[in-house]
Amino acid sequence: MNAGRRGAAVKIAGLRKEYVSGQGRVVALDTIDLTIAAGEFLCIVGPSGCGKSTLLRILAGLDHQSAGTITVESGGWSVENAMVFQESGLFPWMSVETNVGFGLMTRGVPGPEAKQRVEAALKLVGLTKFRRHYPHQLSGGMRQRSAIARAFVTDPAMLLMDEPFAALDAQNRVILQAELVRIWGETRKTVIYVTHSIEEALLMGDRCVIMTAQPGRIKRIIDVPFPHPRDLIKLSAAPEFGALKLDIWHVLEEEVNRARAELEL
Amino acid sequence: MNAISAKTRDRLLYMISPLLFLALWQLLLMAGIGDRRFIPAPSDIAVRFWQLVMSGELAMHTGVTLLRVFGGFFIGAIPGVACGLLMAMFRPVRFMIDPLIAALFPIPKIALMPLLLLAFGFGDASKIALVAIAVFFPVCVNTYVGAANIEKIYWDVAKNYGASQTVMFTRIVFFGALPTVFAGIRIALAVSFIVLVAAEFVATKSGLGYLIWNSWELLQVDIMFCGIVTIGILGLITSALLQELERKIIPWKAE
Repeated sequence: MNAGRRGAAVKIAGLRKEYVSGQGRVVALDTIDLTIAAGEFLCIVGPSGCGKSTLLRILAGLDHQSAGTITVESGGWSVENAMVFQESGLFPWMSVETNVGFGLMTRGVPGPEAKQRVEAALKLVGLTKFRRHYPHQLSGGMRQRSAIARAFVTDPAMLLMDEPFAALDAQNRVILQAELVRIWGETRKTVIYVTHSIEEALLMGDRCVIMTAQPGRIKRIIDVPFPHPRDLIKLSAAPEFGALKLDIWHVLEEEVNRARAELEL
Repeated sequence: MNAISAKTRDRLLYMISPLLFLALWQLLLMAGIGDRRFIPAPSDIAVRFWQLVMSGELAMHTGVTLLRVFGGFFIGAIPGVACGLLMAMFRPVRFMIDPLIAALFPIPKIALMPLLLLAFGFGDASKIALVAIAVFFPVCVNTYVGAANIEKIYWDVAKNYGASQTVMFTRIVFFGALPTVFAGIRIALAVSFIVLVAAEFVATKSGLGYLIWNSWELLQVDIMFCGIVTIGILGLITSALLQELERKIIPWKAE
């Protein structure tokens, strides 16, 4: 239905985020410059505390930068972004379908249209049968599917995903990764996906941004050379994939060690 | 012979202990231990209870008490919930109301009765006002605590998905606080019976509190027990109804 359309293009320039904590000023993000193409699947990888979630929260409008600018060209999509959180963040007091339709209700989408879109989103993630269930009746994987449906149903120009599959078991993670890549391929929305797993980033991303530990800076941006559509299982077993993963691990290792050394001081 | 399941056995034990207690009470008095004029036997109380039911006297007093409890309960609980939600959502409201609650909550509400008699007279209004005041505080504080402790992620989700203040209030904060609100309502219901019966001791000519106090003055101990038993029954019924209501309204609460 969106043939030829692409998601948002984002330009981040000189972004800086500081906050005051018990020990004084902490620089969470330092001079982040990043251009994201419309329809790109961008992964951000870094050690804990590198500010990757902060960056996502600023993009989501849940936090404000201390300096710098973010320019988003939504390309005619009415909703700029929708976030998928680490813990699904489904409202426990709403059924799956009410949860999924939340972003339509808040935006005043009329009933019949909302119903149809929720229906389609539930079908997309394979939860049609569970529409009347409450979140506590679902497995972790089904909850994350619902959260993804809730994001997709608003038809956003870009999806912001904060380690959405981190809490899942290995099998569910692989299945959901494959589904996400498939859905992304069909809708061509821009996806910004934060993770601490190099493997996950390389499996799904077009590009992979590696960040340094505090203060969070961009250490390197890697173009992932594997063409889409990808078979994630096959790809993860390929020798080129292993080699690239090892390269990136060395880059990241420095950062992890540096962060640990600083903690021990 | 293990036909009786553990569940049935528990249920039997649950019913047997009060029956045993009553039987023991009855037997002791029949054996002449204790003075039946001052401590009536369960059978005496049952007979008197039946008479009071048939004469309509008990129904009249119970009706009056229930009217006052529920009247006061709604008048106190609804602003209590609203106030608690507003405190959780808006910092200025919280800072304005907090000291008032801190100062007024610990005052035994029954101490306000003379003041309320001055303001509302000896009719139902003063008792309803007393119950309303007593109910307001636990409901308000519980609502506030529930709403203030809603996990941050729900605020984030709501904000990111475009929720307005109204949606935040009616769809997120209210429902998020609801389980704790119910805990407050449970406390408030008990409190409202306590203050109301105490108020009915002195300031009225009807209600179960009056029935108990009046029969004490006339040394009709059996009627006194009837009043006490009735309050116990009302407590049981309202608590069961509340539990049922909670199950209907909060289906997401993990069993």
